Amino acid sequence: MNPDTAIPVAICLPLAVAVGIVLAGRISDNLREAVTLVGAAALAWVVWGMLPALFAGDRPAVELSQLMPGLSIGFRVEPLGMLFAALASGLWIINSVYSIGYMRGNREKNQTRFYTCFALALAATMGIAFAANLFTLFLFYEMLTLSTYPLVSHKGDAATVRSARVYLGVLLCTSIGLFLPAIIWTYHVTGTGDFTVGGILSGHIQGADVGLLLALFVFGVGKAAVMPVHRWLPAAMVAPTPVSALLHAVAVVKAGVFTITKIIVYVFGVDFLFSEPSSGWLVYAAAFTIIAASLVALRQQNLKRLLAYSTVAQLSYVVMAAAVLKPLAEVGAAIHMVAHAFGKITLFFAAGAIYTAAKKTELSQLRGIGRRMPWTMGAFTVGALSMIGVPPTGGFVSKWYILAGAFQADNLLAIFTIIASTALNAAYFLPIIYMAWFAREESGSGDHGEAPPLVVLALTATALLTLGFFFFNGPVIELETQLVREAMR
Amino acid sequence: MDLTPHLPALQVIVPMLSAPLVLLLRPRGLAWAGAAAVAVLSFCIAASLAFAVARGEHFGYDMGGWRAPYGIELSVDAFSALMLLIVTGAGAVSLLAGRPSVDLQIEQERQPLFYAAFLLTLAGLVGITVSADAFNIFVFMEISSLASYVIIAGGPDRRALPAVFKYLIMGTIGATFYLIGVGLVYMMTGTLNLADLEARIGGVTDINPILMAAGFITVGLALKAAVFPLHVWLPNAYAHAPHMVTVFLAACATKVAIYVLIRFDFFVFQANLPGHQLQFSLFLLPLALMGILVASAVAMFEGHLKRLLAVSSVAQIGYIMLGASFVSQAGLVAAFAHMFNHALAKGGLFLAVACLACHYRDLRLDQLAGAARTMPLTAAAFVVCGFSLIGIPGTAGFISKWLLIGAALERDSSAFVLVAIILASSLMALVYIWRVVETLYFRPAVVEAEGPGEAPLQLLLVTWAVALANIGFGLFPRFPLALSSAAAELLLGHTR
Amino acid sequence: MKLLELLGYFNYWVFAIVLSVGLYTVIAKVNLVKKLIGLSIFQSAVFLMYITMDKVEGGTAPIIQKGLENQVFSNPLPQVLILTAIVVGVSTLALGLAIVVRINECYGTIEEDEILDAD
Repeated sequence: MNPDTAIPVAICLPLAVAVGIVLAGRISDNLREAVTLVGAAALAWVVWGMLPALFAGDRPAVELSQLMPGLSIGFRVEPLGMLFAALASGLWIINSVYSIGYMRGNREKNQTRFYTCFALALAATMGIAFAANLFTLFLFYEMLTLSTYPLVSHKGDAATVRSARVYLGVLLCTSIGLFLPAIIWTYHVTGTGDFTVGGILSGHIQGADVGLLLALFVFGVGKAAVMPVHRWLPAAMVAPTPVSALLHAVAVVKAGVFTITKIIVYVFGVDFLFSEPSSGWLVYAAAFTIIAASLVALRQQNLKRLLAYSTVAQLSYVVMAAAVLKPLAEVGAAIHMVAHAFGKITLFFAAGAIYTAAKKTELSQLRGIGRRMPWTMGAFTVGALSMIGVPPTGGFVSKWYILAGAFQADNLLAIFTIIASTALNAAYFLPIIYMAWFAREESGSGDHGEAPPLVVLALTATALLTLGFFFFNGPVIELETQLVREAMR
Repeated sequence: MDLTPHLPALQVIVPMLSAPLVLLLRPRGLAWAGAAAVAVLSFCIAASLAFAVARGEHFGYDMGGWRAPYGIELSVDAFSALMLLIVTGAGAVSLLAGRPSVDLQIEQERQPLFYAAFLLTLAGLVGITVSADAFNIFVFMEISSLASYVIIAGGPDRRALPAVFKYLIMGTIGATFYLIGVGLVYMMTGTLNLADLEARIGGVTDINPILMAAGFITVGLALKAAVFPLHVWLPNAYAHAPHMVTVFLAACATKVAIYVLIRFDFFVFQANLPGHQLQFSLFLLPLALMGILVASAVAMFEGHLKRLLAVSSVAQIGYIMLGASFVSQAGLVAAFAHMFNHALAKGGLFLAVACLACHYRDLRLDQLAGAARTMPLTAAAFVVCGFSLIGIPGTAGFISKWLLIGAALERDSSAFVLVAIILASSLMALVYIWRVVETLYFRPAVVEAEGPGEAPLQLLLVTWAVALANIGFGLFPRFPLALSSAAAELLLGHTR
Repeated sequence: MKLLELLGYFNYWVFAIVLSVGLYTVIAKVNLVKKLIGLSIFQSAVFLMYITMDKVEGGTAPIIQKGLENQVFSNPLPQVLILTAIVVGVSTLALGLAIVVRINECYGTIEEDEILDAD
């Protein structure tokens, strides 16, 4: 397919899938899930089909509608967005397989609504990935928030609705209260919001305003969960696990850090930001988030909440890497989005598998569970090692690049933070692994075996991806080196 | 015969003369069919006028062949064309959708009377919009007001009666103030034609009566437009009116008063009174801001769905006045775009309420809990229009918020305070809309729906058409924006 | 001189006073019928203003007759305008009274405070 036509197709396809799911859901469950799977595969085919053009240096673009002069809905594919889209669309296939196993295994209600909103969320994700300007990005950013709300509140009881309110409240308030003013400010001083290589703000804004605008962007993009706007992520854990896995480990949170990285690279411009001392606070904010979130994770008793705080910390790795403003660190930021996605989706899949098979959610219940669920806990171990950054897992690669970037910048704070947080990660993940494999099972914890086969299939696949990324990461690095070469001349 | 030059006159005459005819249509359903056909025809006339105006044409029409300024002139420019679209669109939509709801609320034998009064309201509002004559505006204003008192009080809710009495008192005071202002202006200039007034006021030596006239006219029209704090008549009148009347009036009635206020001020006073621009700004800006903040805050705690939306209208009127008070191209475009977009959003919301009311007699929030489970399509339409009211990107409401913030940033002083207030009130809108959404979707049902399934198809289809229009004009807003900016240029052409 | 000037505006003084009396009645009275009476007084003041301003010193009724073409006429336009306004005022009053009747049917009272208590 021609890359230019592939962009609208990639965005409209999930929308069409959503409609198809609604219609098919009235006929039969099997048909509905077939539509989901076929749609996911088709989306991946369309998105991945754009890759060769990107490697060839092509930047496909298309403009949908011009609302008023300077304000338009348009799309342009560049390496960072391509990576994000490819990641989300690829993992949607695996996640759909997992969803089917999980939703059936737990006999969840309103499954049609679940799959429909999931498809809508993917459409929004594609829109974010390919957005050519701030307005388009904001449009799909809000669409992602709103389409995931029904997923978070899926269960519908009072506690869930309360958490979902936190989710929606934090994300919408930050985006309308901070992100939107930042966008308007940008349009106001530059007259445009197009993502341009080298940035658009240089020469239009200076001094303390740069730091202020950056703060509006960073805290306005609540999806990146830089403290103190991280509260929504633990709240979102009330959602069914497939939602936590794909959306709150990959699509939604990555949309946040992706947005911040994109703004740093294409709106501020790396060189401009580096020359403005007032932007330096971002590394500190990210470092604080990493350490603080890891410490909070240490104290969690609920597995999914622990994973959520771990995600908060890992997201700030990406923010910090982007904020270091050195070529290797920018590459590291991009790679870490991929590596963390593989690892964290595996961990969530495992958490969901444990819940489906044994209805266990607390850490204390996991003693000796490895012997009952060897595949699940094996995958969990791989994911946890990747979070810590132990070879041969994907997490090692990205940490290596971020660390190298930090050395390039002589940024002692970043270096120290990475080392400290590695220790902390180990401190909260290793006990779980030890407990699961070596501790003796408590009596009366119920008799259960492995999770449903589809669930096991999915988590094994992502665990293999986590391992595989250690060995085969060449194309990703090549793609993102293009980005760095473009952005830092 | 080419009817195009006669369109401005037809625009008023068609609904006005059909009103008595509708009275004769006694058999069941015919009165509705007649009224709806007339409203749609009016909308078609307005649309063809709007397209012609967008191409750059201007319509002037001398009633009875008497030349202006001696005769009564009708005129349609970009500003009035936009307003005509809003008014006739709201009329057509509410009548097309309205039959099931009206059948529920008004007895069969009184329906022809109701529809006749409805058409008279429409004719009055349209008449205000096309008139280029100060006194004619007053006459049409009273026609529309008197007819609207009738249709508001026509429903089964007895609380509508004291509400409409209050509206009658305050509306009459407002109109009389306007009349005093017009009288003073006439006394000093000897003319009532707006264009002629503009030319002649400059020659008046004693400026005091003119200043007094400006005061009377502004306050009188602000009363009719429900500008904070002169809005007290609005919430109850809208909340207890028959649902279709609320749809129609909430979408356009106060906006027509704002239209006259802005038009009169820019055509007649801005050009001729030294420092008037500043007075106008300083008078309206604080009121607009107070209205935005106070009404949004009140709406957050309101327990009755229709009252909540009505109170929110007061805040939205604040947005329009805020844009107008900037007296700049960007500000006026934002104000006019918001008139259009708010009509879409609020009209859609009240339509969804009318759908809900088919199965839920009591529209207090706690009684509506869980309604989304019985009426999922209605609830979804409510959500879409609610997004537009909040200003979520991709909906019409976002466009006007964006323009308004852009206009605020152009001001040297207090730009950031203004932006902060606009955003804060958007967040408050989020809160009050979300309260409703949560109630509809998640709270356990308190009362059983009175009927099974969704609202009648007719009502639902129109509701969704409006909801989709909210998205459509959010993604492709070129036409209303073109009219708005043409209107803003026109008005600013009259300032000094 | 000053006093004479003020007295010269006699009609306008009356206009202002009647206007205030009407407005006061509308605001201060609790009885709905009294409110409507106030509203009518309020509107009458405006009629007075219009009629006052059309008076031309020494003018007669504006009727053109053979042989009297050069007469000074009073301005007929405000009279026509105010005729319309009077019609509007009467209709408003009629509608207002009709609403009061309905209120009395529904609430059994026409005192505003009692109506507020009833709901």
